Amino acid sequence: MSAYNFAYLDEQTKRMIRRAILKAIAVPGYQVPFASREMPMPYGWGTGGVQVTASILGPDDVLKVIDQGADDTTNAVSIRAFFAKTAGVKTTTATTEATVIQTRHRFPETNLGAHQVLVYQVPIPEPLRFLEPRETETRTLHALAEYGLMHVKLYEDIARHGHIATTYAYPVSVNGRYVMDPSPIPKYDNPRLDDCEALQLFGAGREKRIYAIPPHTKVVSLDFEDHPFEPTKFEHPCALCGSTMSYLDEVVTDDAGGRMFVCSDTDYCETRQREGHIGHLNAAAPQTCPEAAE
Amino acid sequence: MYVAVKGGERAIENAHRLLADKRRGPRDVPELTPAQIDEQLSLAVDRVMSEGSLYDRALAALAIKQARGDLIEAIFLVRAYRTTLPRFGYSHPLDTGAMQVRRRISATYKDLPGGQVLGPTFDYTHRLIDFSLMEQDAVPAPATAPHAAQTAMPRVADIIGSGDMIEASPPDEGAPVSDLTRDPLAFPAPRDLCLQNLARGDEGFLLALGYSTQRGYGRNHPFVGEIRLGEVQVEVEVEGLPFAAPLGAVTLTECQMVNQFVGSKTEAPKFTRGYGLSFGQCERRAMSMALVDRALRAGEFEEERKGPAQDEEFVLSHSDNVQATGFVEHLKLPHYVDFQAELALLREMRGENHASHPEAAE
Amino acid sequence: MTAALAAGFARPVFDSQAAFRAAMDALSRPGAVTALITDLTPPSPLTPAAAAIALALLDFEVSFHLAPSLAGGDVGAFLRFHTGAREVDAPQEADFVLLDLAADALDLTSFKLGEAAYPDRSATVLALVETVSRSDGPALVGPGIKGRATLGVSPLPADFAAQWQLNAARYPLGVDLLFAAPAHVLGLPRSARIVEEAR
Repeated sequence: MSAYNFAYLDEQTKRMIRRAILKAIAVPGYQVPFASREMPMPYGWGTGGVQVTASILGPDDVLKVIDQGADDTTNAVSIRAFFAKTAGVKTTTATTEATVIQTRHRFPETNLGAHQVLVYQVPIPEPLRFLEPRETETRTLHALAEYGLMHVKLYEDIARHGHIATTYAYPVSVNGRYVMDPSPIPKYDNPRLDDCEALQLFGAGREKRIYAIPPHTKVVSLDFEDHPFEPTKFEHPCALCGSTMSYLDEVVTDDAGGRMFVCSDTDYCETRQREGHIGHLNAAAPQTCPEAAE
Repeated sequence: MYVAVKGGERAIENAHRLLADKRRGPRDVPELTPAQIDEQLSLAVDRVMSEGSLYDRALAALAIKQARGDLIEAIFLVRAYRTTLPRFGYSHPLDTGAMQVRRRISATYKDLPGGQVLGPTFDYTHRLIDFSLMEQDAVPAPATAPHAAQTAMPRVADIIGSGDMIEASPPDEGAPVSDLTRDPLAFPAPRDLCLQNLARGDEGFLLALGYSTQRGYGRNHPFVGEIRLGEVQVEVEVEGLPFAAPLGAVTLTECQMVNQFVGSKTEAPKFTRGYGLSFGQCERRAMSMALVDRALRAGEFEEERKGPAQDEEFVLSHSDNVQATGFVEHLKLPHYVDFQAELALLREMRGENHASHPEAAE
Repeated sequence: MTAALAAGFARPVFDSQAAFRAAMDALSRPGAVTALITDLTPPSPLTPAAAAIALALLDFEVSFHLAPSLAGGDVGAFLRFHTGAREVDAPQEADFVLLDLAADALDLTSFKLGEAAYPDRSATVLALVETVSRSDGPALVGPGIKGRATLGVSPLPADFAAQWQLNAARYPLGVDLLFAAPAHVLGLPRSARIVEEAR
C-alpha cells in the first residue's frame, strides 16, 4: 500500500476537503459543495463519509465503523478494513473507545463525548430534493430560507395518512436557519442530534456536499403544533439484552410468521449482555457465544 | 436460539476468492492477456479510456480483464486509479486539423479536399455472424492507400466556415478550462464543463438522449459535417525549452455536427454546430455527444427547452455511469433500519385503520 | 531568496493533520482554547500556530491576503513557497486573510462575506494575537457552545464587539475567525454571537 498516501487521499485533496469542513462547521446545516474524488469503492457506498474520515483522521485516532448500527455488516467491515490498511489506525467496535465513528443510517445508542467525531455517510444531502429535483431551485430556497414546500409536504401526509409519513431521513432545522437532511437515520435517532456533545460531520460523495452540526447545536425535527414530532416506539424489548431503550431490528426466525426483535446497535447490545442483561430469547449465557467478542 | 450474524470479514474474503476464480474460468482454457484485449477488443479499450478519462491502452485492457468484461466496472477501476495520479501540467489544445487521418467522412458534401475515406468501419458490413471466426483464421493484409503521401484534410466545419455560413469556433481567450474532477459542478454550467461532462458520459445514456432529439424531444436538424478518426500529437510547454515538447500521439474520433441555422433581421442566418470528441474509435459516442452538446445549447439560441436532452441539470447530473451504477447498486446494501421504521409506521397506521373500520380490515 | 527561507513541516502529512484538527476543534467550540504545538520557526511576526494552520489549509487552489504589517517581506515569501497559494493585494478577493491584531487595523466588512446561495465562499481570517484564554472577554453564545463561552483574546480592537455584531447580522454570510497565539488557537465562526461587552 506504500504507493498510496496515509488514509489513501493525497494531501491536496485532504486540504480541499478540510477547508470545506471548516466552512460547514461555521454555517451549521448548510451544504458546502466540494470536489469529491473518485474513490476505490462505489458511489453510494459511503464515499462521502470515507473522504471526510480520511481527511480528519490522524495516526492516534481510534476508528469505529458501523452500518445499520452494527460493526459486522459487510460494508462496515469493508470500510474499516480500508482504513486499517491505508492508514494503519487502531480500529474498535466499542463506541466509548472510538475517537472517530463513521456511520451509515444510525446514531449509536451510547452517548457520545466531546472527544469524538461522528461522520455520517449521506446518499442525498438535499432535504428538498424529492420535492424539487433542480439544484438551482433548491439552492435558492435555502438562500431565502424558504421552507414552506417542506411543511406543505409533511402536512399533506397528515391529511392523507393521519401521520407524517416520513420515518427516516426526517428533516431537521439546524440552528434555526437551515433545513437539513440528517441522512437516512430512523427518525427515532433524530432527538440525539440535538445538543450533542460530539461534532457531527456529514459527507455525500456522489452529490459532492459536506455539512456539519457543531457540538451543542439546536437541532429540531420539523413538525406542527397539532402533530408534534414523535420518534418511533417499539412494543418489544430486545430479545438478546432486554433493553427497552434502543432501536430494534426485526429478524424473521422461521417461515411461519416467527419474529424476534434485537438491538440494531451491536456494540450496545453486546456490552449489555456482558454486563449481565439477558433478553427473553437469549437462553445462552454470554460466555457460551464464542464469536461475540472480537 | 438466535446468534447475530458474524464473520463478515471472512465472507468478504471468500467472495473475493470466488470472484477471482470465476474471472479466470476453467484453467484448461488459455488465459487472456491484456495485449490480446488491447489488440483484439480494441473498441472496448477505447470506450473504457474515454469514459475512464485516461488515455492508457494497457491499463484499460488490464481493467477489462480484471472486470471480467464488465465495461462500467473497468471504467470505474480506471477512474479510481486516475484520481491518484499527480498532475504535471496541461497540454496545448489538440489540433485535430493536423490529424493523421485514417477515416474521414462527410454527409454534407459529395466530395471535398482530402476525399471521403471509409477506413476501418462496420458501416456497410452485412451483420451476418461470421462462423469462420470460430477457428483461428488467416486474415489477409489490408489494402494500402494508392498515394503514400497524405494530402491535407481541412475540417469540413472550416470549409463551411470560410464562407461565414456556420457559427465560428469560440475564440481561444486563454481562459482557464473548467474541470469537473477538481471543482464541484455548479449550474448553469459553461459549455466547456458540459463538453467535459459529456466526454466522460455513459455511451448508452448519450446515445438515448441524442436519439431522443432526432425523434422530436429537442430537434436540432443535424447533418454530419464530418467524422474523422486518426492520430493527433500531444504537446506540452516545458520550462526552459523554446518549443512545445511532443509527448506522443493519441487516437481520437471527432464529430462536427452541422445544425439548425439561426439568424435575425440584423444578423445573416448561419448554421450552428454541435461537437463530439472521444478517445480511440468511438463514433457512436462522438456523434451522440455532438447531438447532446447542440441540444444543451438551447439557451444560447433562445430555443424553448422541452426535451430531456436540452435540460442541463438533468443531463449533467445523470450522465456519469460510475456515479449512476454506484447509487443504483447501493440498494443492495442493508437498509433494514429504515425498512423497520417504515414497517413500524405501517403497522401503526393499519392498527388505527382496523380500530376505526374493524369490518373492512382483514 | 529561498536560501533564507524558513523550513516547512518536518512531517507534512501528520503535521498538517494536527494543525487542521486544532482549527477544526477551535471552530467547533468557539471560545475554547486549543493547543497547537509545532516545530515551525516561521518568519516574524508569523507565530508557529498561525504558520501551521496556514500551511495546513493553503494551496494553489486558494488565495491569501496579508495585512500591511505582514506584507512585503518574508511572510509572503514563506507562504507562497510552501503552499503555492496566490497572494492578492485586495483583501476582498482573498480566501484567507492574515493579520496581526497588535499592529493592523481590523475591518471585517473588507473581506469576502460569501453569497446568499454560497455562504461558504467567504474569507477565513487568521488573526495573530498575543494570548488566548478562557477568561476576560465578551461572552459568546451559539453552536458549539454549551451555555456561554468567553472570547478571551488579547489584544482585541476596541470596536470588535460592534464589528462582530454586524458580521453576525449578515448570517449566514460573514467571515470566520481563527485567533492564533504562539501555541494556541481560538475559533470564532460567524455563527457565534457576542451577548455582552467586556467589562
